[in-house]
Amino acid sequence: MANQKKKKLTPTQQEYQELALRRQPARPMAMNCLRAYVIGGLICVFGEVVQQAFVHWAGMTEKEAGSPTVALLILLSVFLTAIGVYDKLGQWAGAGSAVPVTGFANSMASAAIEHRSEGLVLGSGTNMFKLAGSVIVFGTVAAFLISLIHLIFEYGG
Amino acid sequence: MLKGHQSWVFRSKPVIVSSATVVGPFEGRGPLANDYDIVHDDSFVGQDSWEKAEKTYLEEAAAIAIERSRLTKEQVHFYVGGDLLNQITSTSYAARTLTIPYLGVFGACSTSMESLSLAAYLVNSGGAKHVLAATCSHNSSAEKQFRYPTEYGSQKPPYAQYTVTGAGAALVSEQGTGPVVTSATIGRVVDMGIKDPFNMGAAMAPAAVDTITAHFRDLNVGPDHYDMIVTGDLARVGHEIATDLFEKHNIPIHKTRFRDCGMMIYDYETQMVEAGGSGCACSAVVTYGHLMKKLRGGELRRILVVATGALMSPISLQQGESIPGIAHAVAIEAPDAVGTKE
Repeated sequence: MANQKKKKLTPTQQEYQELALRRQPARPMAMNCLRAYVIGGLICVFGEVVQQAFVHWAGMTEKEAGSPTVALLILLSVFLTAIGVYDKLGQWAGAGSAVPVTGFANSMASAAIEHRSEGLVLGSGTNMFKLAGSVIVFGTVAAFLISLIHLIFEYGG
Repeated sequence: MLKGHQSWVFRSKPVIVSSATVVGPFEGRGPLANDYDIVHDDSFVGQDSWEKAEKTYLEEAAAIAIERSRLTKEQVHFYVGGDLLNQITSTSYAARTLTIPYLGVFGACSTSMESLSLAAYLVNSGGAKHVLAATCSHNSSAEKQFRYPTEYGSQKPPYAQYTVTGAGAALVSEQGTGPVVTSATIGRVVDMGIKDPFNMGAAMAPAAVDTITAHFRDLNVGPDHYDMIVTGDLARVGHEIATDLFEKHNIPIHKTRFRDCGMMIYDYETQMVEAGGSGCACSAVVTYGHLMKKLRGGELRRILVVATGALMSPISLQQGESIPGIAHAVAIEAPDAVGTKE
């Protein structure tokens, strides 16, 4: 893939890109992975604690406790986005704060806040799914494909 | 006038009679805080959107520059400026307030020197007596337009840059006291095929080197002609690449102080700016604030400011285009330095 991309470049461009690449500081991969692991894990542990709390103190089953737990995590994420903390957490934690449900909530809340100045409907309403929209689209497509596979194997076997 | 292939020499020596800079709170925590005229502690400056805030910064800088020149805005013949936003709205709306005949230009972050060179050209050619050159950028409006919502928790790579919030204005006049604009070199677009929008330094460095080399060739001078050659916003990565390129082309850039505004404006130790600053305001506030002070104070006598710009849009990048870079150079001299170092 990288080679194919390079083929379109002139020799001067290729030479320059090699030179430029030497000066480009690498993303600290190992550190980013570690941070993502720690923060992502902590968010999940927190979610687990909340879920258990619903089970123990609110008399719910594990399944029943799922929805209010997610709702609470989303609320917290939106709150942290609104007070300007979540983006700083994101720079530090990377995928750790982007992958859990809190990251999804952050992408919607941040877009809604950002475009509030263009109005409630055309601003926040339209742009709220600017980042989250593709997640929903491809999530739905993937779910459809999986259910299709499931259907075929169910009848076949 | 025209010298060589792409440079202008200004024989009438247009004077920067006044300049002004207004910045946001984050820039106010940087090492050049004392060189700005206003440091706001609110990046919204009382407005209800980032775009309106950006326009307000520009209006303030323009107002201070005009006031300081002891002219009225009616006496200023033209206003040349631009910014990063779509349809350069910050500048056009500020021009609506100023009611000075207006020429909007777009050169991305090279707009500061593009507008200054045009202002000097107008004055030098007798097309105007007083011309205002001003530009602005805002971190949040740039993030919103070019990247992600400001509160979105994405992770930036270590070579990313931080858009400066602020505005810089300069008033160029036929006569008066102050640093003079002696020459300018208009850059051509150079595209080395860089596609990563976070890697602006690498995209713009070849354009800076191209323009500086053209300037030396056209004016028949070398790096040692200047006390300082300062690029606009190559930041750490682009600056290193540019230095490499000069070395490769056997241009003795080490004979002068080769600096970058994007590396001067923030404190790498205490401010999370990755590679450094960027944006129209980056070169504008460093030049019109910090460097003007040094030129007026005699610490610097002759400098070449090379503002660098990346001429892409989010749409062009999503369609797979690479980032075209550009750079415009303007030579500014302390009033008593003119003609002494030939």
